[in-house]
Amino acid sequence: MCLGIPGKVIEVRDDAALLMGKVDFGGVRKEVCLAYTPEVRLGDYVIVHVGFAISRVDEEEALKTLEILEQMGGLVTTELETMGPGMDRPAVLSDDGSPATFGSASAPAGAATSAAGGPS
Amino acid sequence: MKYLDEYRDPVLARAILDEIHRITTRPWTLMEVCGGQTHTIVKQGIDEALPQGVRMIHGPGCPVCVTPLEQVDKALAIAARPDVIFTSYGDMLRVPGTSTDLLALKARGADVRIVYSPLDALKIAVDNPDREVVFFAVGFETTAPANAMAVAEAARRDIDNFSVLVSHVLVPPAMTALLDSPTNQVQGFLAAGHVCAVMGWTEYEPIASTYHVPIVVTGFEPLDLLEGILMAIRQLEAGRAEVENQYARAVKREGTPLAQRQIMEVFEIGDRTWRGVGPIPDSGYRLRAEYARFDAEQRFDVGTIHTLEHPACIAGAILTGAKVPLDCTAYGTLCTPQKPLGAPMVSSEGTCAAFYSAARGVDARKVSLR
Amino acid sequence: MNADGPQPTTTIDPMSLSCPVPIPEGARVILGHGSGGQLSGALMREVIAPCLAAASPGGPLNDAAVVDVAGTRLAFTTDSFVVSPLQFPGGDIGELAVNGTVNDLAMMGAQPLAISLAFVIEEGLPLTELARITSSAARAAAAAGTQIVTGDTKVVGRGAADRLFVNTAGIGVVPDGVTLAADAARPGDVVIVSGPIGLHGVAIMSVREGLEFEVEIASDTQPLNALVAAMLAVEPGLRVLRDPTRGGLSSALNEIADASGVGMALDETTIPIPEPVRAACEMLGLDPFHVANEGKLVAVVPAASADAVVAAMRAVPQGEGAARIGEVVAEHPGMVTVRTIVGSERIVDMLVGEQLPRIC
Repeated sequence: MCLGIPGKVIEVRDDAALLMGKVDFGGVRKEVCLAYTPEVRLGDYVIVHVGFAISRVDEEEALKTLEILEQMGGLVTTELETMGPGMDRPAVLSDDGSPATFGSASAPAGAATSAAGGPS
Repeated sequence: MKYLDEYRDPVLARAILDEIHRITTRPWTLMEVCGGQTHTIVKQGIDEALPQGVRMIHGPGCPVCVTPLEQVDKALAIAARPDVIFTSYGDMLRVPGTSTDLLALKARGADVRIVYSPLDALKIAVDNPDREVVFFAVGFETTAPANAMAVAEAARRDIDNFSVLVSHVLVPPAMTALLDSPTNQVQGFLAAGHVCAVMGWTEYEPIASTYHVPIVVTGFEPLDLLEGILMAIRQLEAGRAEVENQYARAVKREGTPLAQRQIMEVFEIGDRTWRGVGPIPDSGYRLRAEYARFDAEQRFDVGTIHTLEHPACIAGAILTGAKVPLDCTAYGTLCTPQKPLGAPMVSSEGTCAAFYSAARGVDARKVSLR
Repeated sequence: MNADGPQPTTTIDPMSLSCPVPIPEGARVILGHGSGGQLSGALMREVIAPCLAAASPGGPLNDAAVVDVAGTRLAFTTDSFVVSPLQFPGGDIGELAVNGTVNDLAMMGAQPLAISLAFVIEEGLPLTELARITSSAARAAAAAGTQIVTGDTKVVGRGAADRLFVNTAGIGVVPDGVTLAADAARPGDVVIVSGPIGLHGVAIMSVREGLEFEVEIASDTQPLNALVAAMLAVEPGLRVLRDPTRGGLSSALNEIADASGVGMALDETTIPIPEPVRAACEMLGLDPFHVANEGKLVAVVPAASADAVVAAMRAVPQGEGAARIGEVVAEHPGMVTVRTIVGSERIVDMLVGEQLPRIC
């Protein structure tokens, strides 16, 4: 019912009449059945529940939602450093080991932006 | 992680909360339907951060919790057979039946295996042609397309040693049953985002207008829930009662039509009993006649199942939001995740389990075997 | 609900609802008792410890016992390893077994003096595999600067052991002035973790039947005695060291908080969780705080020397990811809390039994 997470389609195969593929979830790759979302292309994101893609993530809608939220906060869409107080080392690392930053719709996932300047 | 991390930003969370506080002028009672949403709300303390008077009631949206006792007992009877490999999603393993559970059965030597996807169960059937492989097909509408595909594939590939024990429940009939109750207090709903990703939201439009309740299709991350709550309260403050879509990045009004088609090819709607709630007409899926040969209930004679109902816990009141776990005298004492008395304590998504793991109102958190 | 059978209802009346009967208390050991979580604690407290009472000195449970031998304090520990598969990304059961015992000794401040190695082998295990695993164990011992001095080998029939079970035991000398113990944490102390969490557990899960997934994660199994020596050189008055193996970070911290009668307050943004670990946990519905680690430690240190200790850790390869993750507080004794993104505090609960992937 609930546990569906977004992942990037990195492979698509026609496996004996069942459309299968490989989806990458932030570094974890899993076989996923794409039969219900045959329109997806490599690089698209899908919501995966128990090994099946149940819908395609609409990037435009995702950005729209974030824009609305950020306007609410009166924030400008720039890079935000959201590390907690007293923290001197980034907590979450991207695939290449560099710090990941959040909170900005314009930053690609795993942006290698250093937090060396300290918390804002 | 893309499309997840952005929706966990603490600064934006604060901004939405502030906006909720700003626009709320009256007390409101909302229900989030899905167990995964309950999990996020309780874990992040969202309900405690809302304005005084805005109450979140946690709905019966945990398919594991509401799987009828009868189906659990049938699963146990089938899994106990030596010729059977019983496959299941992980969360079903600790659900108590009348006298035991799948995990305990496994401890006694039954071949019970956890699978991530129903196609894994199918693979086990192909790899073990001399054994009977049974898959416990539970879930809401979200899981139905996957379960349906397993059956359709079994039929297409003639995998004869495969069968499914079906226990699907549907959200809209549960919502209307709740709304029809004279003691209902819910004024607005956060609909289950992934159920709607599959089914769309057309079924909720008549509910919103008939009962005059706003219904907001909502996601599962903290910002999703906060935005969903904000949208619901905005409607309530303005006297509107429409279906709105907060989870626009994953849900379209028509849902995923191919998935719906596959569901209706394999399943049909039927009556279903919800554990702790009771029978609700037309609230579940069962296999169509054409697929009857894959129905584990017909393939295995499980004898007469006598389920024992006992008015020992207030699961029903919890599931409908009439009471909270802290109202229950058994909560945290007689009833804990290790020795659950009822459905909402069983699954980690159930209301009582979610409260317990957030240690709400529980002083002695020591587990006991006795 | 009545015995005549269910009558279809169109409304839900909370007053007439009922509930399944409670299941009778299980009288057998289940897998959950070995998970390192609450059930494991319960098994120890309610069955094993009472039965051992007359023969056991009692006291808080630490990673190793400290025994006085003619004025010298000897750390003494044992551990059994039942991991499956025997070979996993990042290592095998041989090195896991040696590192595990080296680390339990290190958590008491001791360098390993001597290790024992015992095998229970299931009939049918290929000799090449046995040789490979034994060589791994030897390499791990050499890397930790110690020797395997004694052991045992048993063979059991097919089905009686999951290919191979390994037990290791070890002794080491606890230096003078070092008094690491689970009940030594005090309000004001700082909590430190030596690096990213969740690696071992996710590596194992990724090759487990029914759950397989591809991930560039390897087990973090490694000896920590050099790291501990570096830490003690800077602060001999370290309070607690613990390696968060089964049960994960939350079990280790909860046990310390409980034993010391203190609370802990963590800052979630400071806890290093690699993205693939988070992704795997998201996918399976697991909590990274519950996932096993094998080459990590948590330390409770006096606040005044916390920064110096972290710096000393980062100067050593085994501690390069070291980070402060929170502090010990006087409030909510026995409980560990973490700040949520909306600013409220939530309890870091301890794993109950087995970690089960979920759908909802």
